[in-house]
Amino acid sequence: MVKLAEWRGKQLFRKYGIPLPRGEVARSADEAESAVRSGAVPLPCVVKAQVLAGGRGKGGAVRFANSAAEAKAAAEAILGLEFKGERVRELLLEEKLPISKELYVSITLDRARRLPILMSSAQGGVEIESVDDSAIDRQSVDPFPGLTAYERRRAAGALGLSGPARGSLDRLLEGLWKLFVEEDAELVEINPLAIVGDGLVALDAKVIIEDDAGFRHPEYAEIRDDRTPLEEIAREKEIAFVQLDGNIGVIANGAGLTMATLDVLQEFGGRPGVFLDLGGTDDPKKVTEAFLLMAQARPKAVFLNIFGGVTKCDTVARGLVEAMAKVPPTDRFPLVARIRGNNEKEGVEILRQAGIISIPTLRESAQAAVAAAGSGA
Amino acid sequence: MSVLVDRDTRVVVQGITGHQGTTHARLMREFGTSVVAGVTPGKGGSSLDGVPVFDSVQESVDRTAANASCIFVPAPFAKDAALEAIDAGIRLLVVVTEHIPFHDMLVMYHYGRAKGARIIGPNCPGIASPGRAKVGIIPNVVFRPGRVGVISRSGTLTYEIVSGIKDHGLGQSTCIGLGGDPVVGTSFVDALPLFEADPDTDVLVMVGEIGGTAEEDGAEYIQSHLSKPVVAYIAGRSAPEGKRMGHAGAIISRGKGTAASKVAALERAGAKVARFPYEIPDLVAQALSEGAGR
Repeated sequence: MVKLAEWRGKQLFRKYGIPLPRGEVARSADEAESAVRSGAVPLPCVVKAQVLAGGRGKGGAVRFANSAAEAKAAAEAILGLEFKGERVRELLLEEKLPISKELYVSITLDRARRLPILMSSAQGGVEIESVDDSAIDRQSVDPFPGLTAYERRRAAGALGLSGPARGSLDRLLEGLWKLFVEEDAELVEINPLAIVGDGLVALDAKVIIEDDAGFRHPEYAEIRDDRTPLEEIAREKEIAFVQLDGNIGVIANGAGLTMATLDVLQEFGGRPGVFLDLGGTDDPKKVTEAFLLMAQARPKAVFLNIFGGVTKCDTVARGLVEAMAKVPPTDRFPLVARIRGNNEKEGVEILRQAGIISIPTLRESAQAAVAAAGSGA
Repeated sequence: MSVLVDRDTRVVVQGITGHQGTTHARLMREFGTSVVAGVTPGKGGSSLDGVPVFDSVQESVDRTAANASCIFVPAPFAKDAALEAIDAGIRLLVVVTEHIPFHDMLVMYHYGRAKGARIIGPNCPGIASPGRAKVGIIPNVVFRPGRVGVISRSGTLTYEIVSGIKDHGLGQSTCIGLGGDPVVGTSFVDALPLFEADPDTDVLVMVGEIGGTAEEDGAEYIQSHLSKPVVAYIAGRSAPEGKRMGHAGAIISRGKGTAASKVAALERAGAKVARFPYEIPDLVAQALSEGAGR
């Protein structure tokens, strides 16, 4: 999931012909000042922190300016702020427009219906979660015809638009649908969508791009998500890796088994720390890398719970033994292993020769892991 | 009888010359499945372990009467592979490939539906009926013929649970791994009626995860349509909110799709919900003996 900052989302909006206020990105107070002085951003203007979290207006991350000097002062006040855990490094300066009404539109995936859904509401400018269901018009969009003219007309009706604004919405929704499909978006949201004079302007942009479509969109590879440094390394190595607060490291394969493992550990009083999902690999090197990554997180104990399918037990055992030899003695930790499934016998034997016992049942192995973390404290 | 696959299932493996395709074509045959063909564009005319390889699915259907496809084709080409199979008249597709963009899957799913084809997956372990056939990658060692039907959204957790059922001395009628992606070809609601209609299934095990509302929808179906007993398990009770747990299917958002809401919905529907995977076999045995006493 790649969440785009507002200014990146608006770059896409521009590409798909969605009308925007005039604006400019600034990364320093001086850049903010000259954006106004040069006339690129007309006055009065708004200075907005480019962070992913919502609620910027109330949180002091959006300010207004009536002169280049005020824009500079606003930029100085916002840059470097920590907003809901994110450091503000970029600003978007935009002209402040005379708004007569704020609306809402979005397209996202409706998993239950297995169809994209277009949502429109005449109550824009607030969190859509707080808008009453009856005030949100929902239309499922079939990917085959795509978003049709009659669906766009219905949305215009739901938004209460008439006259030239109807035509403006029609073109805007056409662009938004195209963006959703061509950019492999999970979500495109315009909130608020402002009525300005006779037309519409997208005041904000929320765009989330799907990770799995990376092969079609190398341009998004650079954009980082909210990951810790170790999570970032894991991502590069294609290992699902998440850091929690506990002290037991968990290596499992598959999301379901990983979650079940965490559930059982917690039941026995264990606190899972880092967990790492090997996924379906049959490469001992990847197992070794995963294990070394785990060692860097300094867990009190590690619980390895593998059910071999695509990933074979002997592959895991080999990778594990190799990794154990590479971990410096000072960084060693107690290891509880449980490997089942394809090539189980071979895997268990490899571990046994390295002095590691595989405990076959989930309950007992989890209990052993919790005990090991406790004794290591 | 069984669900979706039986002794007449004739499998074409798309992507048979890749590492996964080759390995699992062999394992499917060891299970007893008729793997009649493989397809890899450009490798037609060769053969692998005696299985003929064709350039196109249509050729494989014309020459070998293949009627089910198992897809191992890499994600960027998987949509095309599925559409090709559907157009060749294949009506059961198991898509093992992971990381297929959901926009591609939307096209695969709705195209398949329009043509009367069923897709299982993507990113799924597939389907197996012990003693009959397997289309997919579930390890052969976990199975033993029996009367327990299994429907699961997970991969390895399915193996864990199916294996637990076997270790308890019970066996399975059919096991389907649906996959946990945002868009799946077959969901709980689609699979439940197949097991209800299957005379070889006496009890159902439903394995879910946090995220989405597929389990809640399944629970609704169970309540209104299912006569057979259901044992359920939901993984992820301890998952912290907002953290991504391996794939997109497992994200909690806005209080929906939480373990608590799924467990509550299933219990309301009359399912016995296990708190941990190792509680499932006892609950299944109990449901079977209660059923026998009726």
